[in-house]
Amino acid sequence: MGKFVQLVVDGLSTGSVYAALALAIVLVHQATGLINFAQGGMAVLSAYAVWWLTNRGLPLVAAILVAIVLSVVFGALVERWLMRRFERGDPDTAVVVTIGLLTLITGFAGWLWTYNNQQFPSLFPLDTVSFLGVSVSVRSLGTTAVIVVAMLLLQGLFVGTKLGLALRAVAINPQSAAFCGLPVGRLLMVGWGLAAALGAVAAVLVAPQLTLTPGMLDNALVYALAAVILGGLTSPIGVVIAAWIIGILENLAAVYVPFIGFDLKVAVPFILIFVVLIVRPQGLFGRKTVVRV
Amino acid sequence: MTLLELEGVTASYGPVQVLDGVSLSVPEEGAVGILGANGAGKTTTLRAISGTVRAGGRITFDGKDIRGMRPDQVAALGIAHVPEGRGTLGDLTVRDNLRVGAYLRKDRKGVDKDIDYCLDLFPNLEERITSNASALSGGEQQMLAVGRAIMSKPRLMLLDEASLGLAPSTAKNVYDAIRRLRVESGIAMVVVEQNANLAFTLVDSATVLETGRNVLTGTSAELKGMDEIRRAYLGG
Repeated sequence: MGKFVQLVVDGLSTGSVYAALALAIVLVHQATGLINFAQGGMAVLSAYAVWWLTNRGLPLVAAILVAIVLSVVFGALVERWLMRRFERGDPDTAVVVTIGLLTLITGFAGWLWTYNNQQFPSLFPLDTVSFLGVSVSVRSLGTTAVIVVAMLLLQGLFVGTKLGLALRAVAINPQSAAFCGLPVGRLLMVGWGLAAALGAVAAVLVAPQLTLTPGMLDNALVYALAAVILGGLTSPIGVVIAAWIIGILENLAAVYVPFIGFDLKVAVPFILIFVVLIVRPQGLFGRKTVVRV
Repeated sequence: MTLLELEGVTASYGPVQVLDGVSLSVPEEGAVGILGANGAGKTTTLRAISGTVRAGGRITFDGKDIRGMRPDQVAALGIAHVPEGRGTLGDLTVRDNLRVGAYLRKDRKGVDKDIDYCLDLFPNLEERITSNASALSGGEQQMLAVGRAIMSKPRLMLLDEASLGLAPSTAKNVYDAIRRLRVESGIAMVVVEQNANLAFTLVDSATVLETGRNVLTGTSAELKGMDEIRRAYLGG
């Protein structure tokens, strides 16, 4: 029993990492209608910014705050100078552009800072706390807490604020939004900037554990996309819960299902996606889009 | 007082010239119809006004040159475009669609009052207030599109084919409500409509476009009396 609970707790902790990235993807999707495959790559750049600043002697928290501000600016610039050119065309083209951007950023980071693993300072102490025979690292608790706060903030933004409503309106139909006086271009930049800030937070949370490399979040991106599909693209709370489910099931399957083991555990979220897409195509928590003519 | 004035407006999509010198004059609180066959340039004229297509010539609103402005800047001046195909925000509820329409307004109480007004004008929307716009019928979506335009408290409304794809009785309901809106609010209107019979129930005057040019302009009474208008647009 102790082992089972330990696996669940560890799963929650890795799930929180996927959740962080998944939230950023949901944010861009809600605000622009696109899936941004470069979200992980942009987040890694933010982590490198933090790493570079701390190496220059800046305290960690200050470096993180500076990196978040830089990320907002970078996200907004990517929207303004790159994505803007593709937004009026086929959405598929825009998605492929984000894949290209991911490749470009990864290569750029590798060229600038090499592909070697870099030690990254942890925001939380490395202690563990024991509770009913289960040991949990303070870092996992901290990561999970930050994710829950981010999730609630996002849900509040989209459901409870005028800005959130405006972001969603622009994503659904930019032309109608403009006819209502919404500054479409500026709102798209805000959406990308906010998502980049969220990505920066995600990267800072996971970098100490994964160690910093240009491809640090490639794996997590796969899981995050699985969580996004599972949880439903429209629901911040949904994707976080889905990410936790994935983290837990993956851990349990690796130990309790012999033929999966640690080598095949990456397949777990995809088996889950298959099942969910067949039974509930809009995701576990997503809203079904009904179109009447 | 003239509210909107178009003089020699031109516009093209790539090499295809669609507007070839369109003129239009809308007095304050007036309603002007634009009639014409498919491809005559009716929709493009509205787009030129709202800034969704690049136009030449002169477009002034309230004495101010608005040609070349972005759609959101034009909207901020008080021009609400109800586009062809309605353009409702499918994944948002009816109430949220109306709130998006009021995005630029700061008076919360006034916004709530105007939402009530829209629901009074279009009682169908009241029962659907928490439904997603994509779940509405075509007629209800058209009502929502007009309602959203009302929410921005415009001085001028551009209505593009508000009867398109609707059953005759539904189209009549929509036009009855718009006529009531016109009387009660004094919003000026430019009305593009294939169904000239419906248009003439709403507008004081109209212009007929052919291949991007005005060929006839007159009051509703004058136009309705002309044989060529009867034959081409009024079904006999």
